[in-house]
Amino acid sequence: MVYRNRHPDPPSDDKRWLIINATMRRHGYQADALIETLHTVQSVFGYLDKPTIEFVADSLSLPKSQAYGVATFYHFFSMKPMGAHSCVVCTGTACYIKGSDAIMKSITNAFDVTDGETTADGQLSLLTARCLGACGLAPAVVVDGQVLAHMTPETTVDALENVTQAAPAEEQAEERVSDGA
Amino acid sequence: MGLEREQERIFEIGERERVRRSGYDYHIGVCVGSGCHSANSEAVRDALQVEVKARGEDKRCNVRGVGCLGLCGSGPIVSVNDESLLYHHVKAADAGKLLDSFEDHEAAKDLMLPHDTPFFTRQVRIVRENAGHIDPDRIEDYLAVDGYTAFYKALTTMTPSDIINEINRSGLRGRGGAGYPTGLKWATVAKTESNRKYIICNGDEGDPGAFMDRSVMESDPHRVLEGMAIAGYAVGAQMGYIYVRAEYPLAIDRLKNAIKQARRYNVLGHNIFDTPFSFTVEIRLGAGAFVCGEETALIASVEGQRGNPRPRPPYPAASGLWGQPTLINNVETFASVAPIIRKGSDWFAGIGTEKSKGTKVFALSGKVNNIGLIEVPMGITLREIVYDIGGGIPENRDFKAVQTGGPSGGCIPAEYLDTPVDYESLQTLGSIMGSGGMIIMDDTSSMVDVARYFMEFSMTESCGKCIPCRTGTAHLLALLDKFVEGTATARDLQLLETLCDVVQNTSLCGLGKSAPNPVVSTLHYFRDEYLARIVDTDEFFVPVVTGHSNGGER
Repeated sequence: MVYRNRHPDPPSDDKRWLIINATMRRHGYQADALIETLHTVQSVFGYLDKPTIEFVADSLSLPKSQAYGVATFYHFFSMKPMGAHSCVVCTGTACYIKGSDAIMKSITNAFDVTDGETTADGQLSLLTARCLGACGLAPAVVVDGQVLAHMTPETTVDALENVTQAAPAEEQAEERVSDGA
Repeated sequence: MGLEREQERIFEIGERERVRRSGYDYHIGVCVGSGCHSANSEAVRDALQVEVKARGEDKRCNVRGVGCLGLCGSGPIVSVNDESLLYHHVKAADAGKLLDSFEDHEAAKDLMLPHDTPFFTRQVRIVRENAGHIDPDRIEDYLAVDGYTAFYKALTTMTPSDIINEINRSGLRGRGGAGYPTGLKWATVAKTESNRKYIICNGDEGDPGAFMDRSVMESDPHRVLEGMAIAGYAVGAQMGYIYVRAEYPLAIDRLKNAIKQARRYNVLGHNIFDTPFSFTVEIRLGAGAFVCGEETALIASVEGQRGNPRPRPPYPAASGLWGQPTLINNVETFASVAPIIRKGSDWFAGIGTEKSKGTKVFALSGKVNNIGLIEVPMGITLREIVYDIGGGIPENRDFKAVQTGGPSGGCIPAEYLDTPVDYESLQTLGSIMGSGGMIIMDDTSSMVDVARYFMEFSMTESCGKCIPCRTGTAHLLALLDKFVEGTATARDLQLLETLCDVVQNTSLCGLGKSAPNPVVSTLHYFRDEYLARIVDTDEFFVPVVTGHSNGGER
């Protein structure tokens, strides 16, 4: 008997594929590991792309269409690489009542970026969250993983100008990946 | 013989923990719930630990992180000796000042919070009784407050049907919003014949403005596990899943840690307490889809598929996860189980109203002075919640409405402030209990805008499977946009009402059926606001067409 590896080889020899394979192995390469695996991919690579989704689908013996369908159904999964910095504006009800839409408008005006998009220079991604559950801090904005409380349009733009102009972008991006954010 | 139930020894750990604790004069608890965590409470905890050590007081003072104390708007919160002294807005630099104030209360007067205000005295804590008193990362702390004794009692002295009867008698109803009697649900699953059954804990708290379940999972994760395990024994399941939003990293970490500890002490695992019963729990992460709060969609998501709901029946109790009988309850429901088994159903049934028993946790936010988590007995009036516990409206403005039930609920105006909070009363008013979000609005809030906000939410979150919900919500939003812009006609108002009716009655799942609720309730109570925005023209009606937002790449 010749042992045949049932599972396809990763698209590249990047070490990070080992983490993704480990997740699938832990779930016994069962079909229900799909969402868990995509979570791992997103926390390791920061986003999902087509070759990755196809690799995961093949490994779990699922139709590619199902994997792609799941990846695009859930808001948490991103199909595009993120900018060097991220800004998540909470648009939950408590934040909405206290003016989160004005904050969104001010960011769009100041940085020329809309919800779910990244600025042309790749510096800043603007995202919204349906509720951070930090309603006591409303309106809340998360800049590079740091929760900022009781924001106004002015303080938000100031905070974003600080991060995009100050620290070297690459370092912070790496930190974020390791945080799994 | 001790050997017969060797595992009982874990309760000695709880006893030892109690003895260890009684050796301290001061128990300093720093809130490490998400609200305070975001306000950097961990730095405060570390600073206090350093300061206590530097003063050589570490034999007298015990500093630790504790679960959510409730006042999330004033964090970080520090509590001393089970809330006999409370401090708010504490910074790491205040550590010395705070310790001085134990002897001399003047030293940190600006930080101190009176603990006898209605915010604390009017609450009745059952689900959250341990929050603020135990370190959520230590099973020893949970054992010290009688943790897992209810599970032990259930396994060793009760039959599964005893437990179901007990839950039935307690009158506990589903805390996820619909209020289905928990005992009845358990009995249905127990009766279904199958050698594989599943327990699912619904922690997909998607309502914007609600954070009760997160707080329970973060502050007292073992309580949720204990409730699930008791349910597993009662219905004959050996496997449980907790479905948690990926947006709650802290809750996920604490649950993972709790499961690990519970396995180590074999309160989860094989032959628990040396009985034939085995039960394990796994975590499944949600991925940001509100519709997954619906039970059939949640099951699809646990199976690794798109979160599309399917028609019921068959109900999950008959055919759920992988076609097997499945019990799905909310986090708060499971967290209510252990105290009922421990203290008896009569005690629980003695709290609340005739049809709604026990307590409910609400996330109080919006335009109210005390923002945070509250647990109140059923039957308390909205006025008591807003004005006594909530401390009234900031800047002495006028109360306008309270929104309950999130995108599936409605707005209740000022004239109904004296309504008791229970499942039936809220439903009569056109709202729902919901999972517990309670957002207070003052006279500056426009109700049309609020209705539009929730409709936009429902439209984005519609899974797209059934047409009334997918297209209906998009058209409703377009109509509401006309009201917001002030270009709506009388015809639009009529159309809005008809369309609400169609979407409510023809959608497949709860999301679609309840999506028009915010519009219907604001139309009912605040019709003038809609009428004020109607322009007086009689133009020919042009149907509005907008694209659907879901299903594409993001």
